[in-house]
Amino acid sequence: MSYRDDGYSSRRGRQALEAALAIAAGAAIVGGIHAMARQTQTAPRGIPGDAPGYTSRKSMYGDYAVTGRTITINRPRSELYAYWRDFSNLPKFMESVEKVEWEGDVSVWTIQAPGGDVRIRAHITTEKQDEEIAWRSVQGSDIDTEGKVTFRDAPGGRGTEVEAIVAYIPPVGRLGALVAKLFQKEPRVQGRRELKRFKMLMETGEVTTSHNRQAA
Amino acid sequence: MRALTYHGKHDVRVDTVPDPEIINPRDAVIEITSTAICGSDLHLYDGVIPGLLQGDILGHEFMGRVVETGRDSTLQKGQRVVVPFTISCGKCFHCMKQQYSACDNSNPAEKQDLTEPLYGHAMSGLFGYSHLTGGYPGGQAQYVRVPYSDVGPIVIPDGLEDETVLFLSDILPTGWMAAENCDIEEGDTVAVWGCGPVGLFAIQSALIMGAHKVIAIDHYPHRLELARGLGAEVIDYRHTHVLEALMEMTGGIGPDAVIDAVGMESHGLAPDAISDKVKQVVGMGADRGHALREAIMAVRKGGRISMPGVYGGFIDKFPLGAFMEKGLQWRTGQTHVQKYSHDLLRRIEEGQIDTTFLISHRLSLEDAPTGYANFKDNQDEWTKVVLKP
Repeated sequence: MSYRDDGYSSRRGRQALEAALAIAAGAAIVGGIHAMARQTQTAPRGIPGDAPGYTSRKSMYGDYAVTGRTITINRPRSELYAYWRDFSNLPKFMESVEKVEWEGDVSVWTIQAPGGDVRIRAHITTEKQDEEIAWRSVQGSDIDTEGKVTFRDAPGGRGTEVEAIVAYIPPVGRLGALVAKLFQKEPRVQGRRELKRFKMLMETGEVTTSHNRQAA
Repeated sequence: MRALTYHGKHDVRVDTVPDPEIINPRDAVIEITSTAICGSDLHLYDGVIPGLLQGDILGHEFMGRVVETGRDSTLQKGQRVVVPFTISCGKCFHCMKQQYSACDNSNPAEKQDLTEPLYGHAMSGLFGYSHLTGGYPGGQAQYVRVPYSDVGPIVIPDGLEDETVLFLSDILPTGWMAAENCDIEEGDTVAVWGCGPVGLFAIQSALIMGAHKVIAIDHYPHRLELARGLGAEVIDYRHTHVLEALMEMTGGIGPDAVIDAVGMESHGLAPDAISDKVKQVVGMGADRGHALREAIMAVRKGGRISMPGVYGGFIDKFPLGAFMEKGLQWRTGQTHVQKYSHDLLRRIEEGQIDTTFLISHRLSLEDAPTGYANFKDNQDEWTKVVLKP
């Protein structure tokens, strides 16, 4: 079974997606996370802006927290897409991700945290060669989340604009405290660091460090 | 190895610390043969730049021999190199435009969090200059790890003494870029505030670039003498009304370009300088800017401001009206060292530029704390300190 542009094959999955989007981005939003990416920021008596939805002054959409970030990388789109699409590469620039493994169509992300690992189980919902990869968590995932990364040619031959957006329900309880430590305290920080490390790795071939010695 | 480390305001010590290693493929490790104390190290020493931790190794002007190379380094063991104080990847948008000090990648991602909220964008990596610029261990040490060693270091032919080329690491290209930012035209007069090393090299550079006249402003007699020795006319601001003098020395027009080679710890006798000093001491304002304000008032209509002096935060009583109404242009920034390295090395080899006149004291690395104290407190006599590890 493969998940492509047409989205989810099961009714339950579709409901989950719709529910997520309705909650995540407001009732006016139609068209999934695509819309969330370019969600209009309607101020009272204002006009819809062209800025990405995640730059909105509100940080929660229903139960969902949304965060996103764009970075320009001086490398071709196809090269960046291919590197990202091989999820086993992701731990090389996502410092909290220990490993990503596949169980059939489901990718299992193991995130190291004090007090125990957190596992996100997700399947790919959209996959457009050299343009976009989107995913949504499935049952059994420790965190209810969806996200996507898009790759667009930057103007003037400046490489590729890579935009990553993630929506998630901040968990509660013990797990919540754990995840909060990882993400919620500075939800944008983790994402922007990871994108910057991706840029370093792709542009320079290494992840920059000021450490003077190998870790003991 | 032995290294000069920061322990607090006006407290630096030479400690024994672990030797650096190769971490990334493009790294090299350099054994330092000569290193200098920079005027901007005094900003760290005085505690006016945030983001230093106890034990941080200082120093961003250094050179030495290559002793280890990573897989993708283009250097070879045994080569002599001068290392730019700016760390640049050579591959990002800014590096490709030769804006090396704006490199996107040289400051580690987690350290970029410190300056992104402060400046709107994260700063690039610099050696030995606080965790705002990466927390890189500096070169006032026996060894240093040099990232992106295929881009930064410039190889020095064996015939040239260390002291003739050491300042390619920072102050010579910084003075050169300061003069370049003046866009000097025929007949131009350039006024330079501050006759420290950068100011002096800016004077030298402006004259090479064809300035008709350079006027240097300071209050240390020996430094003014050095400026005069390079061909500048001089003003001692303790004895002269600077603005009036600059108008009278330029036919009533004002200097065509002005250089603030002083920065955030400006002295001065005017009320704004005293108020700035008080605010900096109590932590209300990071930057003292008397020299900059005076330069903006002095420069002719439609003139250029070049600001190599270092600032870290905010300034008030800024003469914004004068800046707009006179239609001024303003250029500044950390130096794009790698852009100038080869050209300046050639000028040194050809004898056009001499940098050794500046060096007043040579000390062992072990005596570095003495060097800091005197460079700060006896500025007239201690113009430049070179340390030998």
